[in-house]
Formats: sequence, structure tokens, C-alpha cells
Amino acid sequence: MEKMPHWADIVLIPLISLVLSALLSALVILAIGENPWTAFKLMVDGALMRSSGWGYTLYYATNFIFTGLAVSVAFHARMFNIGGEGQAMLGGLGVALACLYIPWPHWSLAILGASAGAAIFGAFWALIPAYLQAKRGSHVVITTIMFNFIAAALLNYVLVSLLRPRGSMDPASAKFPEATHLPTFRDMFSTADNILFRGAPANVSFFIALAACVLVWFLIWRTKLGYEIRAFGHSESGAKYAGISPVRITVISMLISGALAGMMAINTTMGESERLVLNFTEGAGFIGIAVALMGRSHPFGVFLAAILFGFLYQGGAELALWTDIPRELIVVIQALVILFTGALDNMVRMPLEKMFLALRKGDA
Amino acid sequence: MTAPAIELKGISKAFGPVQANKDISISVMPGTIHGIIGENGAGKSTLMSILYGFYKADKGEIFIKGQKTQIPDSQAAIAAGIGMVFQHFKLVENFTVLENIILGAEDGGLLRPSLAKARKELAHLAKEYELNVDPDAMIENLSVGHQQRVEILKALYRQADILILDEPTGVLTPAEADQLFRILDRLREEGKTIILITHKLREIMDITDSVSVMRRGQMTDTVKTSETSPEHLAELMVGRKVLLRVDKKPATPGDTVLEVRNLRVTDDKGVERVKGIDLTVRRGEILGIAGVAGNGQSELLEVLGGYMNATGDITMNGATLPLIGKGAHGKSRRAAGIAHVPEDRQREGLIMEYAAWENSVFGYHHDPAYQNGLLMDNAGILAKAQEQMDRFDVRPPHPRLAAKNFSGGNQQKIVVAREIERNPDLLLIGQPTRGVDIGAIEFIHQQIVNLRDQGKAILLVSVELDEIMSLSDRIAVMFDGQIMGERDPAQTDEKELGLLMAGMNGEAA
Repeated sequence: MEKMPHWADIVLIPLISLVLSALLSALVILAIGENPWTAFKLMVDGALMRSSGWGYTLYYATNFIFTGLAVSVAFHARMFNIGGEGQAMLGGLGVALACLYIPWPHWSLAILGASAGAAIFGAFWALIPAYLQAKRGSHVVITTIMFNFIAAALLNYVLVSLLRPRGSMDPASAKFPEATHLPTFRDMFSTADNILFRGAPANVSFFIALAACVLVWFLIWRTKLGYEIRAFGHSESGAKYAGISPVRITVISMLISGALAGMMAINTTMGESERLVLNFTEGAGFIGIAVALMGRSHPFGVFLAAILFGFLYQGGAELALWTDIPRELIVVIQALVILFTGALDNMVRMPLEKMFLALRKGDA
Repeated sequence: MTAPAIELKGISKAFGPVQANKDISISVMPGTIHGIIGENGAGKSTLMSILYGFYKADKGEIFIKGQKTQIPDSQAAIAAGIGMVFQHFKLVENFTVLENIILGAEDGGLLRPSLAKARKELAHLAKEYELNVDPDAMIENLSVGHQQRVEILKALYRQADILILDEPTGVLTPAEADQLFRILDRLREEGKTIILITHKLREIMDITDSVSVMRRGQMTDTVKTSETSPEHLAELMVGRKVLLRVDKKPATPGDTVLEVRNLRVTDDKGVERVKGIDLTVRRGEILGIAGVAGNGQSELLEVLGGYMNATGDITMNGATLPLIGKGAHGKSRRAAGIAHVPEDRQREGLIMEYAAWENSVFGYHHDPAYQNGLLMDNAGILAKAQEQMDRFDVRPPHPRLAAKNFSGGNQQKIVVAREIERNPDLLLIGQPTRGVDIGAIEFIHQQIVNLRDQGKAILLVSVELDEIMSLSDRIAVMFDGQIMGERDPAQTDEKELGLLMAGMNGEAA
């Protein structure tokens, strides 16, 4: 017998956690002498009430969908891939090389090529930790986080010494050719007399992220590989009994995870900056962990959680812009959400489980 | 008239919707051994956990020596003179016997005085109850039987005069079990009260003075052991008449299916677990491997199942099976016609979080019959699982329920159904009825015999000697990674097998 209904697990718990973190954030805002209600209204207004706000929210959400899916896939194989940041950086390199050195005739082909580049480079960056885990038992948590630093240093070197155009003072690659520029939401949804998503960076890669959600869902719950990944994640001894190779599953799920994290770069590098810049990941690889936790490693949950974090990012930027609430406090609010939805899951879960048990006893 | 050593009145305990104990009353007189018997999930362990302060009863009262006693935690239980010997020992492996005995009962901050006191006390206890254990031996170097003695000593050191033993013989050889019973006998003579929880009818008949039978959380009856019979107890446990013996015709063995030559297994710690085994299994026969747990039987099954490295030769229907490297995995073994019901269904045979239908193809999930293009044919698998569950009487017959929500017996039926349905040439089956209720045991045994009668070869590994003796057509006894000898079940007895299981073979003894 399950302790509580499925819907409570996937809807109620995150919702309650969210409300708790909002209340605590309100107290923090109150403590520094600002009005939490105004602040909240400002966030909603800036992130959700105007199409340009949505344009930012969805832009950030696109990143988080990719990194959240990446963490989720690894979670299903009971691995904690916290190297999304580094894998995304390498993905950016893949995008840049694909865009700079292949003469694409049209963006629709370029995005496929850049996606492939991002995925291959990201997967490659996950391959070494995966191999070390599978063959040598070096824990992926340790290796992936170390690989984040190596990736950052590598990207720095490549940008400064190899990709930087002659004479430029900026550690960034050259601008990508015109044919690789992706259509933004403004290009796609505006009509002649109604300009939508003005100035917002959301672009066509959002739809690639949605497609990735669907594909990951099929992969995990409808394919033989997904069956094996989940089986391995639940019980390694069971997987061995069934003839599922732990080495193979470890490596493959990390490759998929790295590829998804890498694909985040098509949104930032190809869709927004249109050149490869330093630190373009802006911590999205880490936010992906929170997104996956909150989304219960389910693609639909990841999608919703990514939108939420997109909202927090954009709303937070608005707050910093219009109030005296310092930028650091926005990080605090984001951290509270991560804390409540991820780390303190059991705090909400246990009383709720007790409540449902009591309810059921009443029925019986 | 003396007061009962322990008396429970109307104990009830519910876990959510599950009524684990319902209005249970027992009274155990001092200086007696009282058995509590019941199937898995009948509520025996819950009742004892209440007595030992792990759970709090919803209703009911506990009287110790006529005094009403509250037992909120295990400290209180110890104070009331209750000692518990768990099925899985709670000993620190790299501590000595003495250190384990004082653990949690140290007086003061310094160890030396308590150790000295314990040493004296231990010598005294050893003399009084014939409980001899070297106080300075490391636990990890002791045999299982001796480790159990340490558990008993721990309880006695804490001045327990009511001793609860939970399935104490599960890990013992027949000889060790006999020794344990002698110790219990001695404790009884000294006036201790013993509660023995078990599912083995024979133990109840052998040693207890009275016995309570539990079924589905209720106490169905309490009887004097001398006035009952195993058949009667089994009926009380299950609620219907049960066939305790396996009904089977003589075997008609055919061609050799599996042949194992000089099989050696070394585990990852470098210890040789299987030391050169030879065996054959033929069509239409059941070869039973007897032995105490941990003598290489598990490794043998794992090698044959394809997930343990080994050296030697294995042929299946005349073709050599790969032992090390690429070809040795569960998938290729299954392709060669070997089905495997593993010893531990929860760790290996099932993915506990998977629904029954997902488990119904576990290990065979790559079979093209279960694929639909790139995807798995989930609807087809579900339908087939439903049909399988109906045929094997898995209860509840809901394929969407996760494996962890089935009882042990029904989990085992899911595994057995899956493996038998593949129509294998050879069935490896380890501990087929461990943690399985009597009703399901009967069913699973019948399935094994039916498979044999269809001319399949069966390799049975079990630590239950009764099971080996009633199912097998030939018995091989394993000890310390070797086969000590092979016997015809019709021409051997428990005593002879017990000696072999302890490593003594007829010639040497």
C-alpha cells in the first residue's frame, strides 16, 4: 500500500514546499524593511505579466529544462551528475565550432548541427567521469564536480588563446555568421501591428527543449534502455541478475545526461549571445539539480520546475532593478526555494504521509 | 499459584489500514518455553517488537511477573528483564566477545573495570548454562552458532529472565540448532522463560511446552505442545488443511543437461568460495544442494546464472558456456535455456519499485516479443502479466501494483511464474520458499515437481533440509566450497546429511 496518493507526492509536496519558502522569503524581505507583497507583485509583473517578461522567463527556463533533464536521466540510474555546468560549457564549445567552421545555408540546418555539436561535446565531458565510475569506482559526484573546474579552465584557454578574434580584448569567440542566427520569439510571434516579446532572448530552442522533454519521457518509460536504466537505478544487484551490464548503463546514462546538459548551449550561445562567451552557463548546471529534485526526475515535473526557476531568475532581476532589495537577497530567495523543494523534502513529506494515513484510517 | 512471567492482555496495533495485531492475549509461565508460530506477516514480529519497546501498542496491557508494566523503549524492556535475540545479530564484527557484551551496559567512563567485571560474570554464565565462548575472540572469527551464543550471553549479562528468540535456527546447521536447543533446555531448567518465534513446525514440536498460533494479526489458538500435531498446527496457521509432504512420482532422469567440472570461484576479497566442484543435472530430475548458508551455494548459482566470474568448465546440452568475459552474463545464460529463481528475490529477482507487470519480463525484457518497434510493448506485457498472475494465483492479482507491496510468497510466485513460463531446459532455484507462507510453499513445490515431470532439469539450492529431502531426487551436500558427498534421499537421513553439512564425511568421522 502506498503511503499517500500519487498526486499528493507530485503536486502537493512541491506546492507546500514552495509556499513555505515563499513565506520565509517574505519574512526575510520584511526584515530588511521592504514590503514583501510589493516585491512579489513586482516579480510577477516583471516575469509573467508582459510578453517581454515571459520572453526572459522562458529563456531561462529553456536552460533549466536541459540541465534539469540531464540531472534527471542520471538520477534514474542512481547517479548524481553535478557536472552539468562543465558539460554545458563544453556544449558551448561544440556549438561555437559548429557555427563558426561549418558554412550553414539556413538556421534550421544550423540548429541541428549545433545541437549535435553541443550534445557530442557535452557527452564527451561526461564520458570520462562515467568511465571512471563504471570501471574504477571513482564516484561521479567527485569527478563531475572536478570536471567543472577543468571545463572552466579549458573554456578560458580556448577563448583567450584560440577562438578570440585577432585584436579583440574580449575573451569571446567571433560573432557567428548571419545564417546561424536563430529566430527569437519576437521574430516568430509578432505581427506587423503587435510586437510581442520585445527585446527578450527567448528563441526557437525553447521548442527543442520541449521536444527533449517528450523524448526523455519516451526514453525512460517506453524503451528497453529506459527500463534497464531504471532497473539499474533501483537495484544494481537486480540488474546484474537480469544480465544488464552496469558498466554499459552507467556510461550510456551519463552520456545522455552530458549531451542534454551540453544542449543548453544552443539556447544561450547560439540563440542569445550569438558567439561563445566566458561563463555563459551562469550556474544553470547547478540549478538543474534543484529543477530535477523538484520535478521528481519526471520530464513534466522538470518542465514546470524550470518555468518556476525561470520566473525566479527573471523576477529577481526585476526586483534588483526596481527596488532596494540587493541582488544577493534574490540569490537567498532562490536558495530558499532550492532548500525547501530539494533538501527539506522529508520535512513536508512526513507530516503529510501521517495525515493521509490518518485520513485513510478514518475511512476504514 | 505463581504469576505468569509474562502476560499480554488485548494487545492491538495497527499500521495505517493494516491491523498487525488484534486483541492478542498470551500468558507464559516462568520456566517454560513458549512457541509463537505463524506465517510471514501474521504479526509475530510486531508483537515481539511491542514487547521489546520498539512499537507502542494502540491498546492492551503488559504484565511482567504479575506487575503491570509500561515498555516505552528497549531500555525499559531490559530493565523489566526481557532480552531479545534477533534473527539478524546486532554485533559489532570487529569487537571481541567481551566488548560486544558490555556494549551499552558499560558502567562509568572507563572500560577496564567493566571488562573485568564482564569477564568474571561471563565465566560464571558459561559454567551455569554451558554457554562456552572465548571472551577474547573477535566476532568476525566466530561461527554463526557462536555469534548467536554471544547474543544470548548479552541478554543474560543484562539479567534477562525472559528471553525472546526470533527465528533462531534460520542460519544454523542442524547440529548447531541441536546445541542451541540444549542451551535453551538448560535455561529452562534454571527457571528462565523463553519465547521462541519460528515458522518451523518441527522446532515447535521438539522443544516448546506450549504454543500460540498467529494468523493475520490474531491469535488463533494456544495449545499445549504435547496435545497437538504438526498437521493441526499447520491447519491453524493457514486456516485450511495443508499438505505438508510433497506429492511426487519417482524421477525418470534422461540425458545430461548441465555438466559442471572443476568449478572454482574466488570473490573480490580474494577468498576462494567454491573449490573445484563437479556436478551433473539430468533431464527430469531435481538435484538438491544442501548446506548451511555461506558455503558456496550462492556463488554456484551466481556463476550458473552468469553474473559471477569463475574458472572451470560448464556445458549445457553439450555446448560449453563461457565463464569469464563478454559471453558470461544473464542474457546469454537465458538464451542457453537456463532460467534462474535467485536466492534473494528482493535484491535480485525483482525490482521492488517496479510494478508486477514490469517485473514479469525482468531479464527477458530484450526479447523481441516484448518490443514494438523502438519502444517496449507495454500493453502486451501488461496483458500477459495479468494472465500469468491469474494462473499462478498471485494475490492481489493487480499487475500495476509495485512488487514491494506483495507479500513474500506472492513476490516469489511472480518470480517463479516468470522463470517457469519461459519453458527453460534448466531451472536454477535458490531458497524457493524462504520467507514464503505455507500455502504458497505447497504451490511452489508443486510447480517445481511439475516442471521436473515435463522432463526439465532442476538445480535446487536450499538451506532448509526438509525442503531438500522432500523435493530432491539426488542430494549433494556443500561445505566450505566443496561437495562433501552425494546421497539418495531414500537412503539417507537428516543425521547423515547434517554431518556432511558440518564438513564431516562418513569416512573421516
